[in-house]
Amino acid sequence: MGWRKFLPLTMALCGSVVWAQSPTYGVGRTPSAQEIRAWDISISPTGKELPAGHGTAKEGELLFRQKGCAGCHGATGIGARAPALVKGGPPAEPGKAPPPGMEGMHMVPDTGIMALRSPYAVTIWDYISRGMPLNREGTLKPDEVYALTAFLLFKNDVIKEDEVMDQQTLPKVNMPNRAGFADLPQWKHGVPRLQDYP
Amino acid sequence: MDSKRSNRRKFLKGGAAAAGLAVGAAQSAKGQTPAPKWQEKGTNKEIIAYGERSRFVTSLRAPVAERESPDAFGLMFHVLSPLQDSVGSITPSSLHYVATHRGSFVPEIDPKEHRLMIHGMVDRPLIFTMDDLKRLPYVTRVHFLECIGNRAKPSHKTVQDTHGMTSCSEWTGVLLSVLLKEAGVQSGASWIVAEGAEEIKGASSIPLGKAMDDCLVAYGQNGEPVRPQQGFPLRLIVPGFEGIFQTKYLRRIKVVDRYYMTYNDYGHINPDPKVSALGNQIGPKSVITYPSGGQNLSGPGFYEISGLAWSGGGAIRKVEVSTDGGKNWKDAELRTPAYPMAHTRFGFHWNWDGKECELLSRCTDELGTVQPTRAQSAKFFNKPLDANFRVPGADNTIQAWRVASDGSVHNGLA
Repeated sequence: MGWRKFLPLTMALCGSVVWAQSPTYGVGRTPSAQEIRAWDISISPTGKELPAGHGTAKEGELLFRQKGCAGCHGATGIGARAPALVKGGPPAEPGKAPPPGMEGMHMVPDTGIMALRSPYAVTIWDYISRGMPLNREGTLKPDEVYALTAFLLFKNDVIKEDEVMDQQTLPKVNMPNRAGFADLPQWKHGVPRLQDYP
Repeated sequence: MDSKRSNRRKFLKGGAAAAGLAVGAAQSAKGQTPAPKWQEKGTNKEIIAYGERSRFVTSLRAPVAERESPDAFGLMFHVLSPLQDSVGSITPSSLHYVATHRGSFVPEIDPKEHRLMIHGMVDRPLIFTMDDLKRLPYVTRVHFLECIGNRAKPSHKTVQDTHGMTSCSEWTGVLLSVLLKEAGVQSGASWIVAEGAEEIKGASSIPLGKAMDDCLVAYGQNGEPVRPQQGFPLRLIVPGFEGIFQTKYLRRIKVVDRYYMTYNDYGHINPDPKVSALGNQIGPKSVITYPSGGQNLSGPGFYEISGLAWSGGGAIRKVEVSTDGGKNWKDAELRTPAYPMAHTRFGFHWNWDGKECELLSRCTDELGTVQPTRAQSAKFFNKPLDANFRVPGADNTIQAWRVASDGSVHNGLA
């Protein structure tokens, strides 16, 4: 049993780590596991925090009307007051720039459609789960978010109409723009953001 | 006792001088200044309890031209600070620019109910009340916030239009590193996700290195609690990073092992690694606020050029001003302390000869990075330089103000 001879060393290392990281002030309390689960709505692109549930494009189409999405995004998901969600809309007006801070966002038909632009399908799930519908944010149940995500993916030809979206399938969706973005640079204190930029 | 005596002598001398001045002031007041009217409003109970500015001071914020605030849904989008009226380096909290990611309401949060949770890849997840946070060691630091959408366009008339989405406050709070150490960050962690408590729970991914370096969990702004439009009761300050990272209504920090591509991140990703690198940290930037677009010079003679400089890379080291369209540059004077990642006020003596001219400023930060021209940016990105050229990433290029011979001041891009 070769690992036995490393045991004292391992224990010593663990001990020193615990010592180095013990709390200094002892202020604040420990949340319960339930509290953390209830608060934690962050979903990694890997989908590891996705909740149980499932939905299809057909169910999503119904919800798109029932939940009021169509009221702002248009019955077909194009051409209303809120950003276009489905491809095939009119091209962006030349010279009409998106509002400040919205550059590169989902305001521009086709190139900005979230289901086509997003590198991960999980990102769409997270966006709907957090931010929709307007004034009733955070009220959709996991099944409903899966269904609406499936609907947007289907309408943009990313998945088939009968594909079920759930914890396993959603992170595996082959997104058309998966490789479309550069990684963010490593941030380091005291280093210019881009070397040789004038 | 010599020193005491000499102090007393100095005091007497100074007192005599001051008395002389006072007499002079009284005489000129008698001669020229009408006696002020009794200000009834200035003595009512409300004003005694909470002060108000003079009714003759009318400087106001304004929504960006591209989208009304409140909009058709009642949401606030981007609102510009009136930099043309600013003095010093601190923006009054009530005039601080406001930006929301997609348009948002300001939530009403009871600080007694508010909690901050730290969890994820930590040894001890923790929940803090506001009272808990105020027990911890705090720091007070001056930092600017700037929206990445802060870019001058030819259609803009004033410095409020061109640069109004930057503001600077004195922030007070607990260093995020203190809270993260208290929770014990586990090895393998590389990012944090910071999230707000508003309706959309806006969240951003921030590199762990930055989180441990100088991020601030702020409950104070300019000597009072953070204003609701700025994130009351708690805002994460990520010094020098784009405004969108400065998470308002901070309720949760999750320590993770990868970039999460969450709500606020999605709109800010880019296909070009160079443009991607220009995001996050704001480059060195400066602008002349007086004289600036829409203002008028009354005639030839002396004017003190005044402006602001800031950089996400650190403190401002140097500001230069050109009064001839960039042919010659001279050092301006820094008039406020040059704190890292903070607005720094500069001043420059100038005698206007009454001829048409162009006023420019450029700054250099402590990393030695110099604020670029639009031409330099276009050349770097190999794009034609015309009125439509859009500086990639955050636009920190030099702003020109054109002074016409009648004294009117105009946007140099127009």
